[in-house]
Amino acid sequence: MLIPRWLLSDRAGLVLLAVLAILGIGVPILSLWTPPDHPLHLSAYTVTLLGKYLCYALLAVAVDLVWGYMGILSLGHAAFFALGGYCFGMYLMRQIGTRGVYGDPVLPDFMVFLNWKELPWYWYGFDHFSFALLMVLVVPGLLAFVFGWFAFRSRVSGVYLSIITQALTYALMLAFFRNEMGFGGNNGLTDFKDVLGYPIHDDGTRIVLFILSILALAGGYLLCRWLVSTRMGRVLVAIRDAEDRARFLGYRVEQVKVLVFTLSAMLAGIAGALYVPQVGIINPGEFAPINSIEAVIWVAVGGRGTLVGAVVGAVLINYAKSWLTGALPEVWLFALGGLFVAVTLLLPRGLIGLLRPRETTT
Amino acid sequence: MPSCIPVRAWLAACMLALAALCGSPAAYAGDDELSATLIQFRDADFDGKTELVEKLVVLDNPRVAVILNALSDSRLYFQEDPGRVVIGLGDGSEITIEDAVTGAALGQVGKRDLDRITANNRLRSLIEDRLASLGLSSADPSQRRAAIDVFLRNPDPAGVPRLQARLAVETDAKTRQLLTVALALADLANPDATVRAKAATDLGGQLQPEIRGRLAKAAAEDSDPAVREAAQRALSHTQFRLQMLGWAETLFFGLSLGSVLILAAIGLAVTFGVMGVINMAHGELMMLGAYTTWLVQQWLPVNWSLPVAVPLAFLVTALVGIAIERGVIRFLYGRPLETLLATFGISLILQQAVRTIFSPLNRSVSAPDWMSGTFAIGPLEVTMNRLVILGFCIAVFALLWLALQRTRLGLEVRAVSQNRAMARAMGVPSARVDALTFGLGSGVAGVAGVALSQLTNVGPNLGQSYIVDSFMVVVFGGVGNLWGTLVAGLSLGVANKVLEPWTGAVLAKIVVLVFLILFIQKRPRGLFPQRGRAAEV
Amino acid sequence: MSELISDLDGGGLSLPQKPVDTRHGILLYLEEVTVSFDGFKAIDNLSLYIGDGELRCIIGPNGAGKTTMMDIITGKTKPDSGRVFFGQNIDLLKLDEPAIARIGIGRKFQRPTVIEPLTVIENLELAMSGAKRLRGLMTTRLNSEERDRIAAVLERIGLSEHGGRLAGILAHGQKQWLEIGMLLMQEPRLLLVDEPVAGMTPAEMDRTAELLRSLAGSHSVVVVEHDMGFVRSIADYVTVLHQGRVLAEGQLEDLQIDPTVIEVYLGAGDAYH
Repeated sequence: MLIPRWLLSDRAGLVLLAVLAILGIGVPILSLWTPPDHPLHLSAYTVTLLGKYLCYALLAVAVDLVWGYMGILSLGHAAFFALGGYCFGMYLMRQIGTRGVYGDPVLPDFMVFLNWKELPWYWYGFDHFSFALLMVLVVPGLLAFVFGWFAFRSRVSGVYLSIITQALTYALMLAFFRNEMGFGGNNGLTDFKDVLGYPIHDDGTRIVLFILSILALAGGYLLCRWLVSTRMGRVLVAIRDAEDRARFLGYRVEQVKVLVFTLSAMLAGIAGALYVPQVGIINPGEFAPINSIEAVIWVAVGGRGTLVGAVVGAVLINYAKSWLTGALPEVWLFALGGLFVAVTLLLPRGLIGLLRPRETTT
Repeated sequence: MPSCIPVRAWLAACMLALAALCGSPAAYAGDDELSATLIQFRDADFDGKTELVEKLVVLDNPRVAVILNALSDSRLYFQEDPGRVVIGLGDGSEITIEDAVTGAALGQVGKRDLDRITANNRLRSLIEDRLASLGLSSADPSQRRAAIDVFLRNPDPAGVPRLQARLAVETDAKTRQLLTVALALADLANPDATVRAKAATDLGGQLQPEIRGRLAKAAAEDSDPAVREAAQRALSHTQFRLQMLGWAETLFFGLSLGSVLILAAIGLAVTFGVMGVINMAHGELMMLGAYTTWLVQQWLPVNWSLPVAVPLAFLVTALVGIAIERGVIRFLYGRPLETLLATFGISLILQQAVRTIFSPLNRSVSAPDWMSGTFAIGPLEVTMNRLVILGFCIAVFALLWLALQRTRLGLEVRAVSQNRAMARAMGVPSARVDALTFGLGSGVAGVAGVALSQLTNVGPNLGQSYIVDSFMVVVFGGVGNLWGTLVAGLSLGVANKVLEPWTGAVLAKIVVLVFLILFIQKRPRGLFPQRGRAAEV
Repeated sequence: MSELISDLDGGGLSLPQKPVDTRHGILLYLEEVTVSFDGFKAIDNLSLYIGDGELRCIIGPNGAGKTTMMDIITGKTKPDSGRVFFGQNIDLLKLDEPAIARIGIGRKFQRPTVIEPLTVIENLELAMSGAKRLRGLMTTRLNSEERDRIAAVLERIGLSEHGGRLAGILAHGQKQWLEIGMLLMQEPRLLLVDEPVAGMTPAEMDRTAELLRSLAGSHSVVVVEHDMGFVRSIADYVTVLHQGRVLAEGQLEDLQIDPTVIEVYLGAGDAYH
């Protein structure tokens, strides 16, 4: 058998991968090779929406890895998502070239508008696709590494850590709102034209981005699933449930935390990078603390510490959000708020917990 | 500078008119004499008018300043029918007029029914001079000082003898001091260099821009090096005072921001600090307090609304808080992360509830009269509402501290927070105490909301903008320590305002946040950590 | 990043490469150790020596400093002054908790601390020495040598039949044994055991005593315990701590008739007999 044992025993995961495979094959067929008036035809809008959900699902997987397995409730994961998004957005901005409103070959429109004469140094290199991709990993990863290094080494944990991660994303939001930062201020980065030479609004490009999102989610899921089924996974659980025990067994708890936190931030960065070309904009609102908390609730609804639950929660809640904000905008926040309360009070193990009976405890 | 004359006269007259308004508008005993004198203006030539002006000046009637001012502006008219002197309040073919003697409004009349009483420049400068003297000899010290201020703005050598005369008889200390300054300013133009040097030294530390301008001019242009040096020294003295004043201002703004932060955080210091409950809906409880204020203002006059709103907001938010505690939080004790999520959900519900009930738009809460305007502490002018809120913050803090230290509930709260099991064993009803403590913390949040309604927009997002800040204040101060919250709030407020001139408001906030993030790394338990085994949890 | 991995790989901060030097027959030296919290001296000029292969019981009333002493040995608390050496050559004060654990000091907590959502075998696997390098962590299965080691420890702690069960559903006494088993998987030279029989039935206590006695010789074992009967059943040599210092040391029979010991501790009540 080609499937390794750690995956074979993960039945929910196999179902998830199968569903992703079906989507990956079915959606392009229904979108590209059916006539627009066919009842099963998927519009470009629907494909983009699905792609967006997949990005959110990857963010949720990243959150679940640190929260569900390692017990670190990060209220700042949207910051890593947004940073990955900004990195890729910067590449897309540089691709606009002379097609901007002001037609400047180098400077993005908002810089011309601010009367800037030169490209800031931190925009260098973002005209290269591969450099931008590298930065999608490096920037969120580096921030997570530095932040985690300091926070975990001083043994900041529990609620305190949650609060300072929230402060981190809040500070970043304030910073990105400033025009002087050079990231487009309020409006963020938008009006993208093409990616690697392919027009970004073309159906074909959208399908490719959708398939990439599926691959990223499947890859992210497999990476996390493999990680938690190794001994490292047991160390994470030990850190979550009895940090001192792990430390006195000889594990460098802080380093494990930094490592996994950084990995998780990179996954979130990838999710953000795939999100931006599909929705066509990235702005400082993505750093808003509520976005991070929403990501946490996706995981809680699906079932923390299951990975599959994170995907299920992210897709379900975002589907509900798309539907409710369209149909009954008044109700959406009531529903979301109620969900927070209901899940923590009544469904501590999430939807997956409903399917999988608790194995036992005395 | 002939163009200046009307302006100066107008200024002086305005001040006198203002004083007249403050005084009684009723008829004066000397009104008959005034109208008798005024009638004579009709036929007098300019020499005659000069005499009449002198006559008016000694009448000691508050209308004199208004009349002289009108004469100087060519707005004084004679109305043939019924034969009286009136003041025109505008220009054009139809003029609104008032009675020169009584100030009573007389409606509009055609221009041709009026006969203008003319003035020439000589008369105008005489009027201006006399108006200044009139102010200087006024019985009210503040009017006298106003007259001196007019001189300070434009020191006319002709006025010097008048000032000297006044100084000889002046008894009010503040006015004497101002007179000395005014004379020193005049001395800057003295031909004698030693007098100029002494005057420059005396003017050091005076903050009025006119004086600083003249000193700077003397420092740069005076022919005598000693005078230049004295002026330079005086200027640096002034500079120093200005700097001190700037610091005092920064300090006040910082304390004011600090008081807001404390108000926002102090309820959290109870729920998070004492009980260990993470209440993400804290900001929304403040928002409810602010909306309560708005509702009260729909029913009561603005001036009375706040004393009613404070207890009412406390009651409303305390009840909401108790409902949250009984309905949700009590099932989650010992699970802080879950509490955080559940209360965040509650915050979303409260926000949307307010949006649905009151509309998503901001509501405007009015400030009562006694909170508007400014208040002078020495040379420092502070806005009344910030001062009141600073005082209010101290009062709330003191009351809360007393409630926790001196009441039975406070004792039980502290007992439960330190050792729940032991407190229960000793008969403390811990469930009731939990509910009441949470109610107390929530009530304080509501009271803070009343104060915030005076400073910011009251809208559904009011709470969100404070939640990160208030958690940072509590954590920075040290969880479970009210004094820590006080010190943390004040120092963060001051730090923010000290940074602002260099970095701008947003960057200052970011810098403070980053500092706090780093600080918590260094001292995870805050400035004033709680000690002992209980704090280990 | 690579620095982190190499650090994980290398086993940590200034980990001494040389083996423990116990030529003088002493494994653990605590000399003139003092630590105070907010002016209160939890440990006051304490000196204590544990021989290689010795089984030592430490008794003392509440607040005598027993747990603080363990915290100092395992690196959780740094003393204000004094020297703590493992053998003659390893200065424990220069190491952090994981490094101390890796050179061969295992610690059992007062409250049984096992990882409840993992199985008994997974708990032991977690504690296995040699598995803590990053590369060792990146595997999903056990090799045959590791399986043998785990089986041997399971046998020793009497949980052979429970290997596949979740640790969370074990009985209280079994959790205590599992934790001792986790210590054994670390292959330590020194075991610090805090109140191993609290809440155990007499039969479980007997088995625990037997287990600890069987460890002595090949390991040094320090047991902190309140239960006098249990102490009597395992220890030849007992140290009495009081107010952060050593009050008396010797055979239990001698200590029981020592008037100072009786006054501060044994005299406190019959509960300890």
